[in-house]
Amino acid sequence: MSVIAPNFKFSEFVKSILDNVFWMLLIFVLIGIPAVMISLFYIDLPVINGELLTPFLALTWLADPSRTLPILKSFMTTDLFRIAAFPGFGFAALLAAGTIFIERKMLAKLQLRVGPFYCGKVEGILQLMGDGLKLISKEIIIPAKADKPIFWAAPVIFVATAAAFVALIPVAPGWVVADVDVGLLAVFAIIGFFPIITILSAWSSNSKFPFIGGIRALHQMVSFEIPLILSLLGVVILTGTLNLSEIVASQSNFPWIIFLPIGAIIFFITILAELERIPFDLPEAESEIVAGWLTEFSGMIYGLVQLGTYLKLYAFAGLFVVLFLGGWTGPMIWPPFPEEIITNGIVMGPITMKIPGLPVFSQEMLNGVMWFVIKTVGVIFFILLPRGVFPRIRIDMLLSLGWYKLIGLAFVNIFIALGLLYAGVLGPGGLL
Amino acid sequence: MSKELLPGLALQKVDERIMTLNVGPQHPGSGHMRIIVQIDGDFIVACDPDPGYVHRGEEKMAEYRNYITNIPHLERPVIHDSCNVLYPYVLGVEEILGIEVPERAKYVRVIASELNRCIYTMYWLAIYGIFLGHSTMFMWPAGDRELLIDLMEKMTGARVTHAHFVPGGVRNDLPANFEDVCLRQVNYFEKRIKEYAAVFYDNPILIARTKDTGVLSRQDAIRLGTTGSVLRASGVDYDLRKKEPYDVYDELDVHTNVMKEGDSYARSKVPWLDMMESCNIIRQALQKMPKSGSVRVKLKPNPKGKVFDTVYKRVESGRGSLGCYIVSDAKPEPYRVKLSVGSFRNLIALPYLLKGEKLGNMPSVYWSLNYWPVEADR
Repeated sequence: MSVIAPNFKFSEFVKSILDNVFWMLLIFVLIGIPAVMISLFYIDLPVINGELLTPFLALTWLADPSRTLPILKSFMTTDLFRIAAFPGFGFAALLAAGTIFIERKMLAKLQLRVGPFYCGKVEGILQLMGDGLKLISKEIIIPAKADKPIFWAAPVIFVATAAAFVALIPVAPGWVVADVDVGLLAVFAIIGFFPIITILSAWSSNSKFPFIGGIRALHQMVSFEIPLILSLLGVVILTGTLNLSEIVASQSNFPWIIFLPIGAIIFFITILAELERIPFDLPEAESEIVAGWLTEFSGMIYGLVQLGTYLKLYAFAGLFVVLFLGGWTGPMIWPPFPEEIITNGIVMGPITMKIPGLPVFSQEMLNGVMWFVIKTVGVIFFILLPRGVFPRIRIDMLLSLGWYKLIGLAFVNIFIALGLLYAGVLGPGGLL
Repeated sequence: MSKELLPGLALQKVDERIMTLNVGPQHPGSGHMRIIVQIDGDFIVACDPDPGYVHRGEEKMAEYRNYITNIPHLERPVIHDSCNVLYPYVLGVEEILGIEVPERAKYVRVIASELNRCIYTMYWLAIYGIFLGHSTMFMWPAGDRELLIDLMEKMTGARVTHAHFVPGGVRNDLPANFEDVCLRQVNYFEKRIKEYAAVFYDNPILIARTKDTGVLSRQDAIRLGTTGSVLRASGVDYDLRKKEPYDVYDELDVHTNVMKEGDSYARSKVPWLDMMESCNIIRQALQKMPKSGSVRVKLKPNPKGKVFDTVYKRVESGRGSLGCYIVSDAKPEPYRVKLSVGSFRNLIALPYLLKGEKLGNMPSVYWSLNYWPVEADR
């Protein structure tokens, strides 16, 4: 007998499935088939290659991979696929989910405990799904005197802004949702949105602890945006472009972290502060201000904010990889797709299946994505690591770090970049 | 409003700039109490600690139970430090009833109370870690505490509320082979707590955050009547194990850890150093303990005291001096039992320390006072 569901009976499980199948068939027979028949009576069926596309023929096409794969391939070049699935939201959400799992297990190992263990049988791999289900099923409580429209809108805008940030990150050559020429400027513009959303949600909840947390977040983000922008100027000076794809392409020989290590370090510290991660998690300091600006959020509103936070984490790690670690560039180690499958087909006993145009993604693209994911996961690991090692710092220490030390160092970084440019070592027309 | 309101409920006329925060009782950084904090921007203008949410009338309850049945409930104020909380009561009852305790029992008591001091301090340290946002420092002490809890379980049969000390000795003799197991666990424990320096006490962020915050000068520490680690962190060498040795502490070599700074960092470091000192004391006690003999004097059923015989005994608990004042009657029950606890004495310093501090320093200053809300309320 299962420990997790002690009242589970196999016969009842089968019975429930059979019940569902029965009702589905009944609804299909009573409503579905007449509806299809009536619509077929009125609609002219299309003629393709001289053949009438009957529903039967359409089903045959769907079962034939030599016809569906080109459709799939053409779908993969559409904007919808890019936004929803691969370089956009779905890919980022998948990486974010992996990040949450890795964070919890890694922190648990660091702290001599087990972490998620039961949910999903294998090392608690489904814990995130369980947590998500719990958050969805919870009631959303709104404070009585809250400004309701803004309180509802803030988490949604937060996720949307984080997703917009994700859209700017190039993952593989040509694989980016929005390939804008001023990509880095767009990044700065999007980062500038986050403090506004934070202060809006904090103020609209009409509660003291979120208000203090929001003010802290505002201070923190605004004062760390300046070193963030200044630390990236070195890269822009050396590459002469703001397009993120071109910045990656310029690092085909050496990543910029070799020449601009100070800029990379400043950028990494500002990432920690912008993401409100330990040691800079003052806006959510639980022992001082409960949960900071997240205090009044409950249920899926809180879940949305967490989703946005992890999307933001992925986007910042991706930006670090793109700007300093060379993005998708790396040695080609992805194995090439075997040509004989395309030419000769797959032989499975007596059946030979021929699938023309099988490789959906090119080898370069898969290799690039692999390197990008490896580098991004590495950066995420270093973003997560301080959580197990450092306590939280205080707001005055944070501000003095941002305004005095990081901005000064960022100027040093800019001078290094300018020196490299004027010495003719790097940059447009340089050696590399 | 004509009716007199409680201090936290009354609306005070304050400056527009000043915001009143109710930190607690439902707040992750308050414990079982409320701190009414008035802040001006990020600075604390005034602070009013409001304990009393877990008052259980332990002292009144003690007047309705006889000297033996008082034991299990008088240790409740600090269940993590239950041997030390019970210690002054048991010493006092022994004086009232005129019982001479066997030598071996005294050593067992010292070992148990030092183990309990470590267990309490580890719990306190875990919460200090999470108050500063250091989650590893929450998990490590909470896990390493298990070593000593297992030891106490072998010794007394219970994991937290031991009820081990009774007038006339201790309840049970040590189990077989206890000395070796205890020595091994304590040695490992000491090695383990020394590792905390790398991740916590030498951490540059922790030092920058807690150095020179909430400074309690030597004069103020004495004037406000603080005890225990708070007093020793302010440079006063005051430890009852040395000043007024009870049981066999005068035969053991006890060192006190004194720091001069008097800030949050020193106040958090002194208990950690005390834990190492406790390990030393346990090792000495294991060496000097008589290997055999009785651990308990048989008492008559319902022992009675004399009419209005008063006794005041105090011991050094995990939070400082812990006194117990017992007035006996010609009955099996005591006439009055009064606990004078270190937590409440240390809490008095909180409004003085927090005035003018930043809000971010509130958890570290508050918890560095080695304060246990349940003990202060009794």
